Amino acid sequence: MTTDNRGVVQSVWDFFCSLKLSIFLLIGLAVTSIIGTIIPQGPPAPEYLQTISQAKFKIYAALGFFDMYHSWWFLLLLYLLTINLIACSIKRLPRVWKIISEPTLVMDEGFEKSLSLTHEVKVGGEPAALKDRAAAFLRKEFAEPRLTEVDGEYHFFAEKNPYCRLGVYVVHLSIIIIFIGAIIGSLAGYKGYAAIPEGGSVSTIESRSGKQIDLGFAVKCEKFSVSFYDTGAPKEFRSILTVLENGKPVPGYENVKVIVNQPLTYKGITFYQSSYGPTGEGGVFHFTVRERKGGAPVPLTVRQGERASLPGGGTIQVLEATQEVRSVLPQFSGPAARIEVTPPGGSPQPFVVFRDYPKFDEERGGNLIFTYEGADEKYYTGLQVAKDPGVWVVWLGCALMVVGILLAFFLSHKRIWVRVARGRVTMGGTASKNQAGFQLAFDELVDKLKSI
Amino acid sequence: MSSSLLFNVTTICYMVSMLIFFAFLASKNKTVGLAGSLAAYGGFIIQTIAIILRWRESYAIGHGHAPLSNLYESVVFFSWTIVLIYGLIEFKYKYRIVGAFVIPFALLGMAWAQLGLNSGIEPLVPALQSNWLLYHVITCFLGYAAFAVACGISIMYLIKAGKESDSAPAGGLLSMFPSIRILDDLNYRAIMIGFPLLTLGIVTGAAWANYAWGTYWSWDPKETWSLIVWFIYAAFLHARITRGWVGKRAAILSVIGFAATIFCYLGVNLFLSGLHSYGGGR
Repeated sequence: MTTDNRGVVQSVWDFFCSLKLSIFLLIGLAVTSIIGTIIPQGPPAPEYLQTISQAKFKIYAALGFFDMYHSWWFLLLLYLLTINLIACSIKRLPRVWKIISEPTLVMDEGFEKSLSLTHEVKVGGEPAALKDRAAAFLRKEFAEPRLTEVDGEYHFFAEKNPYCRLGVYVVHLSIIIIFIGAIIGSLAGYKGYAAIPEGGSVSTIESRSGKQIDLGFAVKCEKFSVSFYDTGAPKEFRSILTVLENGKPVPGYENVKVIVNQPLTYKGITFYQSSYGPTGEGGVFHFTVRERKGGAPVPLTVRQGERASLPGGGTIQVLEATQEVRSVLPQFSGPAARIEVTPPGGSPQPFVVFRDYPKFDEERGGNLIFTYEGADEKYYTGLQVAKDPGVWVVWLGCALMVVGILLAFFLSHKRIWVRVARGRVTMGGTASKNQAGFQLAFDELVDKLKSI
Repeated sequence: MSSSLLFNVTTICYMVSMLIFFAFLASKNKTVGLAGSLAAYGGFIIQTIAIILRWRESYAIGHGHAPLSNLYESVVFFSWTIVLIYGLIEFKYKYRIVGAFVIPFALLGMAWAQLGLNSGIEPLVPALQSNWLLYHVITCFLGYAAFAVACGISIMYLIKAGKESDSAPAGGLLSMFPSIRILDDLNYRAIMIGFPLLTLGIVTGAAWANYAWGTYWSWDPKETWSLIVWFIYAAFLHARITRGWVGKRAAILSVIGFAATIFCYLGVNLFLSGLHSYGGGR
């Protein structure tokens, strides 16, 4: 290799080791990430496309703004950050490891001058006798000392929390572990969706990329129900699921309640309550109808999608129905149905009837007065389906990150040296963080040293 | 006694505290400074009682959830955490005057909550019915509060550094400020409290999202903005050990970081769409 080449390699290495690159990349990631929070991600909706010009659309599409967190340039920034933090760690870790594994055991004159905190105490007595007292002092007041004898002088070294110096590197490692977990998840896992009607079951699901995935077992929806608060806000979406292997229920996985924040996991595949809706088939709606001029109310049953005959001629059809009307008509609550009544020889009249307002339909002024009694409607439950074998790697990374940050921020590597010579004891100390705080502790140690 | 009345008293306490702190700046009288702190702590104790009362009121009307579920409750809790973090920093480092630049944030939150937000106790929608709500919200807001305190300190730094560059040590009101070296250090210490808490907040949020939806990260605007805030403070922490990035630039980064924090907290709900339901005027 020529000197020039080595120069290039060296400067590339220096570039990737530089903290300025880290700051640039972190700020760069922060600024570019904003784009994806403003421009909707995923295939653009027609409503959104109308708000931007054709030229803008082309630029956005070319730059990958519609899926920017997976665009080549965003991933490049993440790769660069990864290389940067690995390079920084490789450059600095050996030096730090040396401080931990091969500590300076002897405080000689030169080293003493490099320490900001030193103090000398005049003490009478033989060094050999002082030695034991100094060791006991350090053991009691600071940490277990290590003794080195040089030219008849005794050198003690004691330290606290040496491993907190690794905190920063634990954080760097944790980021790489999280990335590895994410990559495992995207290669070996999938996300999908399944809609299962009540009483029905599925054994394959559709992944987000549109692939059909065979689960290897079947999931049956025994029942779905939804409940509401008095305010009309949803209270609980509940699916009762059973896992079937070869058509037979799996013990322990029969009639499992799955609600939001309480998923079901079987063989590494997890089912999350996500949506619901009427199946639109097989539903039965109940009404009562009476004539304005008097007479007993007559019960009436209408099937989904079918017309039923009315007493005295004419037909009725249910257009739509809901268990909770408040989201559509805020001034009402409870179940409601929109029906279409066609009198004999007349034109169809659509209107809404309620269960909890039986008198409401009287005001419409028709010959027949309807009340909605509710429905035996069939629902489907919408489940998010996820398999992510990398998720535990991600959690391991997250845990390491928190531990690493705590080590790096809140612990300090404190070191104390004591030299016992004839007539004098010298103490020196240093800390990797919070020198001001350590100085107070050092001064206290000095006070106690005076009385050994 | 209702929590709503006590929240009003809290707001008044913070207002009084802020005014006393301003008087402290002008008078340089230590007793005045102590009174400012006491007013803030009095407000804090009353607010703590009020939050507990509101929690109990929620059980009394049958909803039974921690008061952390909508915009009103989160703004109130944010104010509470700001005063808590300010108290910790004052207790440890004894720079009372920082209150003049931090208590206004707490007052702003309380005043907005009491005057402008719907304070009704709403039942929890299914997505929020989880213990993760507690862990996630508490860690996030403690982190946000530490950043608020860091921002107040950075503003003090920028005011003082701006004046000091012209002449020798700044006089007048600024003589009450700690030296810029100490302000720089306090800024760093506040962010050292906030950063681990924000990290925990993001991790608990991811864990919750994974538990509720099966995806720990989906680049939802709220998630992305929390990551943006994390990037900014990560840059700040690296800037600390880089030559030429301490002092003024660090203070500016801290202010930008808090602006991003506020956008993450409020802006995302007001301007962007996402999964965090407590905003958006609901």
